[in-house]
Amino acid sequence: MLKSWKVRFGLGVLAFFVLLAIVGPLLPLDPRANDISAISQPPSAHHLFGTTQFGQDVLAQTIAGARGSMLVGILAAAIGTLIAILVGVPAGYFGGAVDNGLNFLTNLFLVMPVLPLILIVAGYVQGTGPFVIALIIGLFGWSGGARTLRAQSLSLSSRDFVLAMRMVGEPHRRLIFFEVLPHLTGWISAMFLHGMIGGVMAEAGLAFLGITDSGSISWGTMIQAAQQQSAVLRGLWWWFVPPGLCIALIGTAATLVNFGVDEVSNPKLRQARRSVLVRARKAVEA
Amino acid sequence: MRWAFLARRLGFYLAAAAAAIGLNFLLPRLMPGDPSSAIVEELERVSGQQVPAETLMSIRAIFGNPHANLAQQFADYLRQLSHGDLGVSVVNFPVPVADLVRQALPWTLLLVGTTTVTAFAIGTLLGVVAGWKAGSRLDAILTPFTTFLSSVPYFWVALLALWIFGFVLGWTPLSGGYDADLSQGFSLAYAVSVLHHGVLPAATIVFSAFGGWLLGMRNMTVTTVREDYVLLAQAKGLSPKRVMFRYAARNAMLPSFTGFAMALGGVVGGALLTEIVFSYPGIGYLLYESLQKRDYPMMQGVFLLITLAVLLANLVADLAYVLLDPRIRARG
Repeated sequence: MLKSWKVRFGLGVLAFFVLLAIVGPLLPLDPRANDISAISQPPSAHHLFGTTQFGQDVLAQTIAGARGSMLVGILAAAIGTLIAILVGVPAGYFGGAVDNGLNFLTNLFLVMPVLPLILIVAGYVQGTGPFVIALIIGLFGWSGGARTLRAQSLSLSSRDFVLAMRMVGEPHRRLIFFEVLPHLTGWISAMFLHGMIGGVMAEAGLAFLGITDSGSISWGTMIQAAQQQSAVLRGLWWWFVPPGLCIALIGTAATLVNFGVDEVSNPKLRQARRSVLVRARKAVEA
Repeated sequence: MRWAFLARRLGFYLAAAAAAIGLNFLLPRLMPGDPSSAIVEELERVSGQQVPAETLMSIRAIFGNPHANLAQQFADYLRQLSHGDLGVSVVNFPVPVADLVRQALPWTLLLVGTTTVTAFAIGTLLGVVAGWKAGSRLDAILTPFTTFLSSVPYFWVALLALWIFGFVLGWTPLSGGYDADLSQGFSLAYAVSVLHHGVLPAATIVFSAFGGWLLGMRNMTVTTVREDYVLLAQAKGLSPKRVMFRYAARNAMLPSFTGFAMALGGVVGGALLTEIVFSYPGIGYLLYESLQKRDYPMMQGVFLLITLAVLLANLVADLAYVLLDPRIRARG
């Protein structure tokens, strides 16, 4: 799988941002320090990414934002994936009444418009920190994953090796944990990756709507602060461009990883390399 | 078989609508704060003394009594709803929420409706072409570009566009749905103003949305192109264009089509972020304002409307699928 340039590039970018989130606070940059002598300055040697209208260094904020955004993304993905497993796997494995109930729940969350729902809930608990925001995003973002896991465990539970183990008298719990779940790790990790990006994006969206605690620093709150201070109307593009680009880069990286994985499992999607195409065309023409 | 399937789906959507209404009723009552108490607190803060009992009574008559029996509250709520009454806005007192929604709805429907259709048409068409010749130069450029595009947060694209076209170039207005100097009505000046204000929000929506349609359609086309019936059509010597659209694309379109039906349901609440960036006077902006000002009845009303629209669109998508895909019919 690592042979695909898409997977390698995507994982590289993701690793870079995770690293940035971890070591960021060790760097000698203070995202909250106000440099009164440099207010709303464009990028320069002194402030590589320029400064905000409060004289804060945009580079330092972007690095600190990595931590805030990734934290919410990872937490939300963990919560969402866990719920997806808890709902999807038993539904597919047991079938019958258990499936009916759990599947109804999944479908319900699948059709509900998530963004307005999150907005309403977040609106009631306005100005909360990253943990509550991650919890809300995770709670409303598991249904797609649960549906996939249900379908997969449905097909797994009727395969010979599971049936054989069941005949031997293995308890359900053991079967689920040691026979079914290990075969789902691929799906689950893809789901987690997807959920993480979704979480980063959702946090940015919620922060932009002014719902998260403005004291915490994330890429979302940076863009929101820029919008609030009319950075657009005053031409302070360096304030909102870097955080948005970071989100876009992470999203692209994750999509590339998913693409690469898809192409390995579904060769039909694999693009013929251009050199091969050209050679084939020449062969036909000759 | 077909009827059993339809009946089951219909049952599900009825249950989902009931759940949505129930959620809409319970959510504000489970959360801290309710409109009546908020108004009472505000009054007490402003006047510095306790609200008289009669005032309290009348406030509760309009905005509901948080201490009443829950079943009683629910019955009242349902009775109101059945009359199309969504309550009264707290901020724009005494304008009914339904009236505010009715004013905002056309703006959203026009903006998001046209852009959803446009983005779908462009994305699907390009997707067929890219998927038909997977690996061609067009595909090699379009696919990674749209991948990037679909990862960019929409509101950020909108901000960037507003900065470039509104601020730097000055081609478009910076906010609003029409020129405030003009009176609303069927005049040419007004129509031009609406178009002028709408073109940038519309363009940003199409720009960020067509990539998703493109990717989905491309991957489905790549898969169908290898099917035997496409090969047969080619072998029969049909024109490539005919094979591409009539044989490959037509079958590849099924998932896109249901997605499209659902996207139409999202039209009502879908442009939340657009409307906020451009201060566009639609449903999304209404919801945003109600959130900012904690106008609970308005939040509830708008949310219920958005949810019901989405449920209806999903039902339509399901029905369309049954008509379009014979396999579903057979399976039941």
